[in-house]
Amino acid sequence: MRKVGKQSIVFDNVYLKSSSAVVGPLEMQGPLAKYFDAHYDNLYCEKQNWEQAEMQLFTDALDIALVKGNLTPDEIDLIFAGDLNNQITVANYSLRDYSIPYVGVYGACSTSTLSLINGACLLDGGFGRYIMCATSSHNATSERQFRYPTEYGGQKPDSITFTVTGAGAGILTRQITDVRLTKATVGTVVDSGTTDSLDMGRSMAPAALQTLKAHLEDFQEDLNSFDLILTGDLSTYGAKTLKELAREFKIELGNNYHDCGMLVYDLDNQPVFAGGSGCACAAVVMYGYVVKQMLAGRLNKVLIIATGALLNPIMVAQKETIPGIAHAVVLERVK
Amino acid sequence: MNWVDYLMAFLVGGLICLIAQILLDCFRLLPVHLVVLFVIVGSFLEILKIYDWLIKIGRAGALVPISSFGHSLTHAALLESEKIGYLGILTGVFDLTAGGIASAILFAFIIALVFKPKG
Repeated sequence: MRKVGKQSIVFDNVYLKSSSAVVGPLEMQGPLAKYFDAHYDNLYCEKQNWEQAEMQLFTDALDIALVKGNLTPDEIDLIFAGDLNNQITVANYSLRDYSIPYVGVYGACSTSTLSLINGACLLDGGFGRYIMCATSSHNATSERQFRYPTEYGGQKPDSITFTVTGAGAGILTRQITDVRLTKATVGTVVDSGTTDSLDMGRSMAPAALQTLKAHLEDFQEDLNSFDLILTGDLSTYGAKTLKELAREFKIELGNNYHDCGMLVYDLDNQPVFAGGSGCACAAVVMYGYVVKQMLAGRLNKVLIIATGALLNPIMVAQKETIPGIAHAVVLERVK
Repeated sequence: MNWVDYLMAFLVGGLICLIAQILLDCFRLLPVHLVVLFVIVGSFLEILKIYDWLIKIGRAGALVPISSFGHSLTHAALLESEKIGYLGILTGVFDLTAGGIASAILFAFIIALVFKPKG
């Protein structure tokens, strides 16, 4: 492992042992349904309230990743996990039932790649044998905390994103497997100057661009070397803005660019406005769709830039702006 | 009761909602901004007695939107202050809206007991 350029890391031996993606009802009706490991037909996930439902998704993701990796919780040396709830409650409470050493991380909706980068650094530095990374989000917990509870019935503009209900987990190892985590770029906080919590895609686009630019410069990489470049949850509004901003720097995002928030739902036929968002958005697309496409040999090299809007409703009420952050990882198929 | 009442209720109520929708779409306000704005505007229009006139011609069309809440606050405060002096502005302000507030709490309680939120 070594630092490359200004803000990137190249890993020597980090592989993905197993991964899991668990989703709610609407995601299961979306175009990526066949790539998910488990799902619930009801937002309550057989629980009493929304937090418990999200915890159920989170623990399901852990359990499925463990089973697929043929591991027990005792064999996991460390877990990096986080979610969107205040005090990353869902990760904290879910991990009561597991005796795995735990580091909580918060990167808003970029938590999936943030936890992967942390885990990969520690593992490549020689710590332990298996490190787990997990994250979750739930439509109802997020809408209530960051916007309005559904019962309030507020009108939503077209620019609003729809929080993905789901959870994803991955287990990293130094043993050679079919999917390798080769590179990463840690993002900087980029403030776009926007204040609209109902248009987070556009507030995160400059952060995504900064990380993309840094990644390409640090590694002297070309956009065409990737089979797929994914941003986390920019949605239709943010993805369009990113393309426009990138063009100013002579970066032409073409057909190999997509956004997880636009992939996870059928935007024309599902009531999701500008597309999906939330920690689970990038997580279920990466751990479900991307990993399975790699295992099937249909994708070889994928750049995933999970984007996070560092939104705090109190700061927005005090007329502060919404800063953004984006962390990138490169997953490659081992041939 | 005649059909003109229905037409006027539709037009007045529709006009208030149309203004709100235009503001919501053009100025990217949050729903809560709009609620506060319309309560304040309703309250000011009452000082100028415009809202009383709107209710007279528009009936339910003017009473149902949130702007009538602002109207009721000012209307009650002014009414009470005429009776007992300046202190009435404070003691009378919730006279007309008390029923609305109390029933909102009561119905919210009953609905919370019976139904479970879907999202």
